[in-house]
Amino acid sequence: MKKNIISFSILTIIYFLVKILLDIGIIDSYLQLNIFLIGINIILAVGLNLITGFTGQFSLGHAAFMSIGAYTSAVFTAKLGQSFIVAILVSGVIAAFAGIFIGIPTLRLKGDYLAIATLGFGEIVRIIALNIDYIGGAIGFNDIPQYTNWTWIFMMTVATVFLIKHFINSYHGRACIAIREDEIAAEAMGINTTFYKVLAFAIGAFFAGIAGSLYANYFYFIKPDSFGFMKSIDILVIVVFGGMGSIEGSILGAILLSIISLFLQGIPELRMVVYSVVLFAIMVYRPTGLLGKGEFKLWKKGAERNVSIESK
Amino acid sequence: MSVLKVNNLSKNFGGIKAVTEVSLNIEKGEIIGLIGPNGAGKTTLFNLLTGIYTPTSGEIIYDLDKKAYTKDLKPHKITHYGIARTFQNIRLFQNMTVLDNVLMGFHSGLKYSIVSTFFRLPSYYKTEKSTYDEALELLIKFNLLDKKNELAKNLSYGDQRRLEIARALAAKPKILLLDEPAAGMNPKETKELNFLIQWIRETFDLTIILIEHDMSLVMNICERIFVFDYGHLVASGTPLEIQRNERVIKAYLGEEALQC
Repeated sequence: MKKNIISFSILTIIYFLVKILLDIGIIDSYLQLNIFLIGINIILAVGLNLITGFTGQFSLGHAAFMSIGAYTSAVFTAKLGQSFIVAILVSGVIAAFAGIFIGIPTLRLKGDYLAIATLGFGEIVRIIALNIDYIGGAIGFNDIPQYTNWTWIFMMTVATVFLIKHFINSYHGRACIAIREDEIAAEAMGINTTFYKVLAFAIGAFFAGIAGSLYANYFYFIKPDSFGFMKSIDILVIVVFGGMGSIEGSILGAILLSIISLFLQGIPELRMVVYSVVLFAIMVYRPTGLLGKGEFKLWKKGAERNVSIESK
Repeated sequence: MSVLKVNNLSKNFGGIKAVTEVSLNIEKGEIIGLIGPNGAGKTTLFNLLTGIYTPTSGEIIYDLDKKAYTKDLKPHKITHYGIARTFQNIRLFQNMTVLDNVLMGFHSGLKYSIVSTFFRLPSYYKTEKSTYDEALELLIKFNLLDKKNELAKNLSYGDQRRLEIARALAAKPKILLLDEPAAGMNPKETKELNFLIQWIRETFDLTIILIEHDMSLVMNICERIFVFDYGHLVASGTPLEIQRNERVIKAYLGEEALQC
């Protein structure tokens, strides 16, 4: 309980601090853009972490769900004139349905095969978006009202993190982790593995849809290529960098990677080189990612640090 | 009262007949041993009994909490019918703590919706609390309480075996299938296992079927033994009968052993 109050106050302070700084203009629009992108990336990474880090289903198509959310939101706000909250929720739900739709046939695949299948799914979504004139096709979708502000970003990011954390700490979440650990044993313990894999996929997709919605309504303009294969990889890099199976890791990863690329804007020639070296160094010295230890605090008093890991 | 009936069960993998025309009948509260040389089809039979494989022909009928027929047996549904198993090569959730492993065992008995998971409704706290207490109780019984926060992969071999049994018992089964529980144990550990299995049967009121190569264990605790050879059920009976059975001696020691 005490912990809840502390984290609540910290969150409130962060919210008002950034809000005041934005209002009086200390944070310029470029920095604001980056802060908003961090929020969106956190939502995406935490969702993907549920699929890849916790449930162990390697997905390379996460940006496709974001794309579905972004276009849904764009249609609902720009074409149908709905309010933003409706657009956000509908985006999430439609992306979740897409997750279920793609999850049921593909989740019987494992490892590399699943990665290829989700990669294909991402491309399919991109090609479809390119060829529908109603949503702008290759030209892109213009004139989306800008509804996304700091309050929306903050609320959605916090909600995503809390909801997914709650999910992980329940018997449903434990079932997902068990599937990652040993699918056959999980099944023998009465876990319907297909159901939980599709569920994890749907939840991850739901939040990716929300992230897409926030993205679309911030940038006025979206085009299918913004949600290509490279975007999926970006999200995956955040998850791996922060640590598979660590929510805090994904948050930290999203923030740090954004800051690193922000600082490297000054030296455009070396930007990608340094970025790669940083990733390389992390993978060599901390293969499990920044906060990934391969252990999970499912209970408040749960997993204490393990002696054998510490001594290595 | 019969809890498990197997009628003319066969399983072929292509041309290989892993299990052929096996019929057996298991009564409530028995400890049953399945023995036979490697590749005799014991584990295949286990996999058939737990729904991992579907039989080529024949039928399996459980009569536990409710009746379950061959077509009902899906791996994730067996715990609902009161069946739990362990594996030949230990299959714990390696990177989860001992406590979480046991908690996983309770899975099929837990019922709160995904919505109450997300929003932490009262049913979440109530169920998690009572499950947590039950899990601790089980850990106390299995002498693993002081290791509850260790990762499963860091336990000693014997502890891992016991944890796997504890996890299976968390599903509150009526029939427990143990696949080579004594594999890799030293004589002292095997002796402890001997008592453990008998104690489990008394405490949890179970029927136990176990596959085992360790004859001292099998002969000690099993009331009835089924012997397999090349997929056929070649003999069944009490340990004493089995020890004198010619077919069994032939399967284990070869034809010549009988002549001398």
